[in-house]
Amino acid sequence: MKKVLFITLCIFSLMVCAKDAVPLADDQVTEQRLISISEEMRCLVCQNESLAGSRSDLANDLRREIRTLIKEGKSDDQIRSFMVERYGDFVLYRPPVKPITWLLWIGPFVILMIGIAGLFVYLRRRNSRVISITLSTEDNQKIDALLSNNEKEGKES
Amino acid sequence: MKAKFLIPLVLFVVLAVFLAIGLNRDPHELPSPLINKSAPAFDIPQLSEPNKTFSPASMKGQVWVLNVWASWCVACRDEHPVLVELAKSQMAPIIGLDYKDQRADALAMLARQGNPYLLSAFDANGRVGIDYGVYGVPETYVIDKAGIIRFKHIGPITPVVLNQKIYPLLSELKKS
Repeated sequence: MKKVLFITLCIFSLMVCAKDAVPLADDQVTEQRLISISEEMRCLVCQNESLAGSRSDLANDLRREIRTLIKEGKSDDQIRSFMVERYGDFVLYRPPVKPITWLLWIGPFVILMIGIAGLFVYLRRRNSRVISITLSTEDNQKIDALLSNNEKEGKES
Repeated sequence: MKAKFLIPLVLFVVLAVFLAIGLNRDPHELPSPLINKSAPAFDIPQLSEPNKTFSPASMKGQVWVLNVWASWCVACRDEHPVLVELAKSQMAPIIGLDYKDQRADALAMLARQGNPYLLSAFDANGRVGIDYGVYGVPETYVIDKAGIIRFKHIGPITPVVLNQKIYPLLSELKKS
């Protein structure tokens, strides 16, 4: 009795897991274009996933929508602006360059420039602090004497 | 010369302020590109009377509220009493957009919790939702007499949002 119950439970749980596959477009070309467009877009529900990779319901609907647009013969740019008109620039992984995003695009380079300028100023200042002295002939003779002394001692030991 | 030692402190404070602002913002609240644009047109069946349709064009000349909801959406249930209160105030008609729902479930929810809507449009496959940039039900739009979206709220309307944003905006829009 228990065995029968166990088997029925197994079969039943299998049935629960089974789910319809997400519908794909009939032709490969559409599907390829869909993937290349939606990989560049953010899923709005799970924001760290691309539209191509997300399993959320909204992502499914949006993929269906993009598929229809492709079939209607819309260009990639037209499809992108369709999405931006509805969800804003946020939907794009590469935000367009415009006044409001200048800081985003140029900011890191500005910070790099400030860093380089700071380093340059610091190095110049440090250089000017090291006092360069010119040696007189007397000093040179002293040095030579000390060096030769040193050499002799080194040989003896 | 002593001010030099303050530089790291100042940098730290600036960084802390930026992080504090960043952490306190909700990443799910996105600025809608639809603000100050015409409400997208649609013409779809109504929830309670499937043989009749609803189109935003029929609301021209009055200030109205569009509320996207669904019976499967838990936050909508929390929001519902606030909508009932808004309806009672008679400040503006509320039109529902029943998003990707089952008719029977939706009607049951309205029967259980009260119906604040003048009527609900039934968006079975979520196509209208896409045009309105819906990504997190419930969402609420305030639309003016000329059919232009003036305000969008993502997530459930709280009494605070209702009193501080929606009521003042409605009375302002009704005057113009």
